[in-house]
Amino acid sequence: MDKIAGQWIIDSLEIQFEAFEKSLNGQGKSAAHQLRKKAFESLVSKGFPSAKSEEYKFTNFTKAIEKNFDLKLNSEASDLTAESIQEFEIEGLEAYRLVFVNGVYSDSLSDQITEDGIIVTSLVDEFKADSKIIANGFGKIADFESDAFLALNTAFSQQGISIQVADKAIISKPIVLYYFGDAQHNEVSFHVRNIISTGKFSEVTIIEKFDTIGTNKSFTTIVNEISIGENAQTQYFKIENDNEQAYHISNVHARQASSSNFKTFTFSLNGAMVRNNLNIKLDGEGIDTYMNGLYLLKGKTHVDNHTVVDHLKPNCHSSELYKGIMDGNSKGVFNGKIFVRQHAQKTNAFQSNKNILLSDTATINTKPQLEIWADDVSCSHGCTTGQLDMDALFYLQARGIKKDKAKAMLLHAFASDVLETVANEAIKTYLENIITERLEK
Amino acid sequence: MLSIKNLHARIEDKEILRGINLEVKPGEVHAIMGPNGSGKSTLASVLAGREDYEVTGGVVEFLGKDLLELAADERAREGIFLAFQYPIEIPGVSTTNFMKTAINQIREHHGEKPLDAVSFLKLMKEKMKLVEIDQALLSRSLNEGFSGGEKKRNEIFQMAMLEPKLAILDETDSGLDIDALRIVANGVNKLKSKDNATIVVTHYQRLLDYIVPDFVHVLYNGRIVKSGTKELALELEEKGYDWIKEEADAIA
Repeated sequence: MDKIAGQWIIDSLEIQFEAFEKSLNGQGKSAAHQLRKKAFESLVSKGFPSAKSEEYKFTNFTKAIEKNFDLKLNSEASDLTAESIQEFEIEGLEAYRLVFVNGVYSDSLSDQITEDGIIVTSLVDEFKADSKIIANGFGKIADFESDAFLALNTAFSQQGISIQVADKAIISKPIVLYYFGDAQHNEVSFHVRNIISTGKFSEVTIIEKFDTIGTNKSFTTIVNEISIGENAQTQYFKIENDNEQAYHISNVHARQASSSNFKTFTFSLNGAMVRNNLNIKLDGEGIDTYMNGLYLLKGKTHVDNHTVVDHLKPNCHSSELYKGIMDGNSKGVFNGKIFVRQHAQKTNAFQSNKNILLSDTATINTKPQLEIWADDVSCSHGCTTGQLDMDALFYLQARGIKKDKAKAMLLHAFASDVLETVANEAIKTYLENIITERLEK
Repeated sequence: MLSIKNLHARIEDKEILRGINLEVKPGEVHAIMGPNGSGKSTLASVLAGREDYEVTGGVVEFLGKDLLELAADERAREGIFLAFQYPIEIPGVSTTNFMKTAINQIREHHGEKPLDAVSFLKLMKEKMKLVEIDQALLSRSLNEGFSGGEKKRNEIFQMAMLEPKLAILDETDSGLDIDALRIVANGVNKLKSKDNATIVVTHYQRLLDYIVPDFVHVLYNGRIVKSGTKELALELEEKGYDWIKEEADAIA
């Protein structure tokens, strides 16, 4: 038998998985645990993506994990307090805060949500109760066969939250999920799973933000399974402004019902290696889907965005805009797949990826991929990669604007059409400030 | 104010300016004319500090400073303004925002406080009138989707906002209909004072009916081959450039 990639990781995990199983007592027979077992078996037999894997061709996460992590079970308690995490909050944003520390949901640091129409519960409790939420939501949208790190998360994640939004509920404030890695003393690794379901005609905004405190390494996988009801308006933000030692793999898998509107925003600003898998199934008619992303990279940061939008039914619209600015030795990867199934006539699907490289050593690999089986559709895609426009730079300088400032203005302008899609003013301002600070440094 | 002595410049391997000499004093308007490819736009670009050109010889002094030592933005802050032949479109940056940044950087350079929002708006309104430009246009992305005339008017608007000591108009008349030309020329004339100077680079005499020059210089093959007063421009309009070329070639 050929040697599989990531054998060392699997060996380390096997010990953990056995210990995990022993700790389960009565829960071992649940459907959820059967799924975990299958996910782990799949990992053991298939291994992690190798350097030859098409999906991880430009992002050798397996090697990065092997090289950088010890992968001992991380159970270290953290003494992070409400004060110590305050500085990471999004300023001026009226929101419900849900806080995770080292992957563990913290009741005491989180806001209690008592608003009608929304129920937030800890997945630990849901798993224990082997509840309907688990039965209907765990592994139902995110297929672990699609990604080894998703399988890893499926096998190991115990922590997370469930957000259930009732039909017609208009949630008054955005919900922010703050993930803190406390790497002050040791490396940390954790796996979090969230199950989100939005009811018919409901409206909700969910934001995920990642920060690591301390200078040790962190390895995290986060999986969100999002089920979007008919006519629901759902917004989902991911803000990755982690430290230079953070290795992070995100899987967001969403399924939209008819006439729903789903907007995603993925902002990657820092980290060692970040992989974002965003998969959206348009499983109804009259659906609108927006995928917007901005990656602003420097140093050795490596960010890989893989998106899949799957048009299953007719008369839907999807629009994707990802932009990147890369400096230093940073590396960007964009892979955008659009599937239009045979029945999905009258599909409108658009995709655009634009990049600016600021240094000779920064790189971008970009690949649009369209697979269309229907014959009456309108699809387009395009990608561009270039340098800063020197004529534009001279024009600004010729009006007295210093070169650095002029450069920042042009880059800000380049990023602006992604930022413009953010309707929430506090979030927009927060992101604009980060970008300005970054660009004018 | 501006003193150019034996200026040589090239782009890549091609020598374009081959010894320019020119003196400009406050209050003067100089027209630089010449056939296509004579080096007119190169001269304008070199004075503004475009890095594509390499200065291979000569001296340029501006208000007592060695101009060639200064970066493009420093020159602008010292009071040089280039109205571009082809103004650049910059999506995502509004003219308003752009001007606010530019003015405040220039003020900072001269040790002045930034303009507050009210004073800035007042200044904008005043200068908008001068070039008959619409507020809506200035809120849009810089030059994006502007007509040729709108772009040129925007150049003169920016000039009015920045109040340069030396304005260089690079083929500002090209592509303008007569109404737009009048508006642009009118704006330039209103900005003229005894303390500032203007260099008008043009191929045609038409603009000089509206912006009347004190001196006219003819550039050919990278040198000023003839200088005179506004009558020289009229002569060129009538007879074309061939006689100048012949004269110059005969000497060379």
